[in-house]
Amino acid sequence: MRTGPATPGPGTRGTQGVHRARGARGVGVAKLAPPLCGVLLCGVLAGCGSGASGAPAVDLYNAPQQHLARIVQRCNRIADGAYRIRLNTLPRGADDQREQLVRRLAAGDAGLDVLGLDVTWTAELAEAGWIREWTGADAASARRGVLAAPLGTALWHGRLYAAPYTTNVQLLWYRSDLIPSPPRTWAGLMAESARLARAGRPAYGEVTGAQYEGLVVWFNSLVASAGGSVLTPDGEHVALGAPALAGLRVMRAFARSRAADPSLSNTREDDARLAVEAGRAAYEINWPFVFASMAANRPELAARFRWAPYPGLTGTGRSPLGGANFAVSRYSRHPRAAFRAALCLRDPESQRVAAVEDGLPPATGAVYDAPGMAEAYPMRQAIMDALRTAAPRPKTPTYQNVSTVTAVTLSPPRSVDPPRTLRTLRSLIGDALESKGVLP
Amino acid sequence: MTARTVTGRAGRGAGRDERRLGWWLCAPAGLVMLLVTGWPVAYSVLLSLQRYDLRFPHRRAWIGPENYATVLTSVFWWDAVGVTALVTVVSVAIELVLGMAIALVMYRTLVARGLVRAAVLIPYGIVTVAAAYGWKYAWTPGTGWLAGFLPSGSAPLTERWPALGIIVVAEVWKTTPFMSLLLMAGLALVPEDTLKAAAMDGASAWQRFRLVVLPLMAPTISAALLFRILDAVRIFDDIYVLTNGAQRTSSVSIIAYHNLISGLNLGIGSTMSVLVFLGVAVVPLVFVKVFGASAPGQDRGR
Repeated sequence: MRTGPATPGPGTRGTQGVHRARGARGVGVAKLAPPLCGVLLCGVLAGCGSGASGAPAVDLYNAPQQHLARIVQRCNRIADGAYRIRLNTLPRGADDQREQLVRRLAAGDAGLDVLGLDVTWTAELAEAGWIREWTGADAASARRGVLAAPLGTALWHGRLYAAPYTTNVQLLWYRSDLIPSPPRTWAGLMAESARLARAGRPAYGEVTGAQYEGLVVWFNSLVASAGGSVLTPDGEHVALGAPALAGLRVMRAFARSRAADPSLSNTREDDARLAVEAGRAAYEINWPFVFASMAANRPELAARFRWAPYPGLTGTGRSPLGGANFAVSRYSRHPRAAFRAALCLRDPESQRVAAVEDGLPPATGAVYDAPGMAEAYPMRQAIMDALRTAAPRPKTPTYQNVSTVTAVTLSPPRSVDPPRTLRTLRSLIGDALESKGVLP
Repeated sequence: MTARTVTGRAGRGAGRDERRLGWWLCAPAGLVMLLVTGWPVAYSVLLSLQRYDLRFPHRRAWIGPENYATVLTSVFWWDAVGVTALVTVVSVAIELVLGMAIALVMYRTLVARGLVRAAVLIPYGIVTVAAAYGWKYAWTPGTGWLAGFLPSGSAPLTERWPALGIIVVAEVWKTTPFMSLLLMAGLALVPEDTLKAAAMDGASAWQRFRLVVLPLMAPTISAALLFRILDAVRIFDDIYVLTNGAQRTSSVSIIAYHNLISGLNLGIGSTMSVLVFLGVAVVPLVFVKVFGASAPGQDRGR
């Protein structure tokens, strides 16, 4: 979006795996798909085949992901002529990605078939009627083995609108030479920072406090950790209330404590990572990509770089939930092929490639035991644990507005004035839900 | 209608017929123009009277002027109006002064006149978006040559006032050549004899400029100002590239775009478009009031 707000950084997009549950790793849906596809497709496609080969071309639009081409190639090989996926890469920023997708969908563009969606877009595209509901055997395949949290991000009003692909959670990443035992709460972190500052050691704790999606995610997790939520479960009304007040108090206290980096109000995921790698900060709240980065950039620090659960208010907190899913456009001319292609793109092997090569944690539980995962994800148990309680972002078609006004209202965090900020949030989010919200 | 012509009053009747024929011949073009320009405006007005959010296709409804109330009571909207007014006033003022100085230099240059004029015009020849990206990278910490002059840790484009300053600088850099080109054309209108006569009467250079050159150039200056103000009010590309409206730096065009395209809210977005349209329409009217006879489009023979 536009505004600095709402541009999740590298790690926000998660993946939710759908496929294959534990055990049966060999015979994925993907392997059954080609013959089945062939049968289903021949009727539908007779009149509208495209491409010289006769295989319907399925246009995939996805965020930049380095090894996605490899996943696409594998699926095209497996498809054996049933479809041919063409990879189209969207812009880097999440807002720009969304903008291109919605603009083309609003115009009924038939050039889009499979869409790689950030977890926060499901409700919007489903409600607008731009993506197809997953039903029958496809839906069963898409749900199979997927962890509950990622699956939830693909649902809208209980119906499945996307196939979970990757998922993600934030954890507390700290230097064990500075913090021997990681606190479980924000208050504990602030106390650690104060102690380190008195001792003249690196004391900052890095949090995504810039005016963008990262700030919204922080606030959402604070509210969830306090036992509340931003919206009511149906997504129609503002909830907030006492838990939000408690969350805002923590946000303000943290931003004014010794833990706050002076550049907190400009910090995004990558700035947080760099501050810790540079030795300026003692800990950070961030996605797991920071671990591989630390090992590559500061191997001498990496041995003392540990992870712990996301902090809360009175105990362990509820981590933000990221990830990405695959949906099929309403205007696709080859929906059968598109559903099949989407299933292959996020089958266990595809998820494994995305996880190991691109650092996107899988949505399917069984993939965490796949070869290579133990080396790439030594923290995988912590990710799985965090996924059990992770706080999804508010589910509403107007999420873009809700997120933008939230980021604007909370920025900069040190200026948060809990009761007054809460009133502003209530009124702005309420307007956003009514389509009366004005985006800045 | 042919009767009259036939009965002899050929002169007048033929003239009127010819004029009528002229109207008929023009009609198709006029109709096309009306459709192309009038219909989108009318459609915007219609959309602005509805709750029409693409994310809620089933909740579309006529709601009268409610969108106008929503927009006109929104702090974000007035922020954008303020930013637009500020950028317009500041950048046009700087451009006028700077443009006049450059015009004088270009006009009086004795050597390499063509080269000087071409050099001055280069910024105007660069596509705005390309130039804006140039500014953006220049101010990006770590990569930019301009950011290198700032204390480390400062990211001017992420703070409101520095960002607005950079937007104004980008605007001024880009459009001052246009201003100076127009003003130089105006300078050419000032008769050399008048200046010499003023000099003979003992007028200093500043007096000649203020009392002779400026009044004679008034029509040119007002035309240049009108062009630039209309241009500046709809400022979009520089802001879109530099900040995209972050940190309350949205102009009215940017905020309309965000609500229409990112927000998918056709009702609110169209309301903003209509308001921008009205705002732009007001500018020339104000101009005629302020500049009176010397405003562009006025008949100076009065």
